[in-house]
Amino acid sequence: MKVAIASGKGGTGKTTLSTNLASYLAQDHAIVLTDLDVEEPNSGLFIEKTLKYEQKRSRMVPVWESSTCTLCGRCQQVCNFHAVIKLGREIMVFPELCHGCYACSELCPHNALPMQPTPMGTLTASAAGGFDFIESRLDVGQEQAVPLIAQTLAHVDEHYGDEVIKLYDCPPGTSCPVIESIKDADIVILITEPTPFGLHDLSLAVETARKLGKEFAVVINRHGIGDDGVAEYCSREGIKVLAKIPNSRKAAELYSNGELMYPHIPEIAQQLEQVSQYIMGQMNGGEA
Amino acid sequence: MKEIVVISGKGGTGKTSITASLAYLGADSMVIADCDVDAADMHLLMRPEAVSSEGFTSGVLAVIDQSRCIGCGRCAQACRYDAIPYRDGQYTVTPLDCEGCGYCARICPVGAISMVDQLVGEWYLSTTRTGASMVHARLGIGAENSGKLVAKVKNEAKQAAQEQGKQYVLVDGSPGIGCPVVSSLSGADFVVLVTEPTVSGLHDLQRVYQLVKRFQIPAGCIINKADLNGEVAAQIHDFLKNEQIVHIADLPYDEAFTRAMLEGKTIVEVSDNPIGEALSDSWLQIQTILGE
Amino acid sequence: MNIAFTTKGTDWKDAMDPRFGRADYILVYNETEDTFSSFDNRAISGTAHGAGPQTAQQLFEMNPDVLITGNGPGGNAAAALQRSQMKIFIGAGSMTVREAYEAYKAGKLNQA
Repeated sequence: MKVAIASGKGGTGKTTLSTNLASYLAQDHAIVLTDLDVEEPNSGLFIEKTLKYEQKRSRMVPVWESSTCTLCGRCQQVCNFHAVIKLGREIMVFPELCHGCYACSELCPHNALPMQPTPMGTLTASAAGGFDFIESRLDVGQEQAVPLIAQTLAHVDEHYGDEVIKLYDCPPGTSCPVIESIKDADIVILITEPTPFGLHDLSLAVETARKLGKEFAVVINRHGIGDDGVAEYCSREGIKVLAKIPNSRKAAELYSNGELMYPHIPEIAQQLEQVSQYIMGQMNGGEA
Repeated sequence: MKEIVVISGKGGTGKTSITASLAYLGADSMVIADCDVDAADMHLLMRPEAVSSEGFTSGVLAVIDQSRCIGCGRCAQACRYDAIPYRDGQYTVTPLDCEGCGYCARICPVGAISMVDQLVGEWYLSTTRTGASMVHARLGIGAENSGKLVAKVKNEAKQAAQEQGKQYVLVDGSPGIGCPVVSSLSGADFVVLVTEPTVSGLHDLQRVYQLVKRFQIPAGCIINKADLNGEVAAQIHDFLKNEQIVHIADLPYDEAFTRAMLEGKTIVEVSDNPIGEALSDSWLQIQTILGE
Repeated sequence: MNIAFTTKGTDWKDAMDPRFGRADYILVYNETEDTFSSFDNRAISGTAHGAGPQTAQQLFEMNPDVLITGNGPGGNAAAALQRSQMKIFIGAGSMTVREAYEAYKAGKLNQA
């Protein structure tokens, strides 16, 4: 079972829900939590963990071989991303602009741009309290999240069988990294705040989930701080609201220190139980 | 005309609410540019009414002309993104997977593939309830914000500001540290960094400031929810001091922010609270720094 | 000396463009011959990503001794320009071309 936890914008509580839910579910189930927000992985800050292993991750980019190059400029011409340019008597490659399409390399008449691995980030696997935690982090200066997300998902699939519940803490937004993160998920849990901003961003996230044809449901964070707009929207659209995590200053303080909330706030544990029941229902054929 | 850009690195710090407050305070002395296109929420507070709108294209997408395709499959082999599956007896492009590299089009032996401009969204020039014009955009699902779109929104805003003889362009900047935020910062006269005293807030502030520093743009910082965590707030204060960033204001943790939002207002419009005063003072400070 | 400016137009009285990669024009002033040559960079500034390196490449081909701009090139463009001998001066983003030239001559601009 693959469960993606996503939201239309940042700062609505994705990481809060992911880390608390992983810890809560781990009391009865085998769980692996994966932080796919590779640009700003923050889940790890909220989890006490012991490192199991660390792997450097790389992707393929062209590297200039000056000895065979005739400076014909074909590479610069075929690169739609302007990642290869000719500067005088030199070919310069900008790895962070390269999308790894291989066009320059394979269309070079003199084989002067062989593809070689370049580091893009680090994947770490840890044992947390009762569950496994996988995190990938882009190296500073790397801008392309999608290849690292794809490799991280493949790693999780290889190492954990179907009996393990896989939770994905997704990147924010509705663009390519989010699509990559949720396209293989069985269910998507969208987290939002009960405010006009939250509602607007939720409606975008719902559009994304629908476009990908995903089973999805909503969790409302900081319940009580705002209005009924989100609840009304969900009922109008026939979207299931799984849980309402109550707003409190105590929750905000626990978050600011990087601490889990449900052990300190019983109401939050109750809400997580409802999310848990939904996931179990989906695992048993989706009649929840 | 001076350009003020508000950025935060991390989402959920209150950047948009604060930008909208500055917009309210500056009223019709400015033109507003919403470059946080992924989570464009400023319109909820400024309530723009579109005067004009235009489609926006960014990047290209492969399209196969089935009448010319001979089914050789070279395109599918060359595609590193598995974007050209063989289905129902033909090769077709999955738009969400296509990166627009154009490799397939270059090697197709019969020229059956063309790269077409991708319509990714729309941008609008609007008037708002404060009298200021606002330029904003909306992207389709799966479409990515880009330096190009940010540059477009900013350019239109600057042009409007020049035509209308306004003093400022106020930019709600893009999140993250990639191309869109580089484009948001490019050409700015002053940067307002919005952060919160959480472990992730500090971390993201430090990352995004590296960019501001590279562009040598003078910067100031507003710390939202400053009393939430004294320890992290102190670390932020140290960081500001070391980097010589103007410490504009500390805003207390206050749910009045959300209450104002529920009424579709900025916090400076709801009856007297400490945040409103602090932001009025912030706006004066920013104007002084810019020498107006 | 050939001196390049990132600009909004092609004349002394036109405004500088503070941006590098997405500047509207690159204007090169030949001091010896007192002539201008220019490149309309607006096609490049309309590309989604990678405007910096493309503009750098264009500038490389124009091969000036000095570049005067506003904020300074971003990371990619800066890396490309390091390949040249060009000296880069910044902080002229809100001037006209003439003011930028005079400020440079008077030693008032910072080197990037």
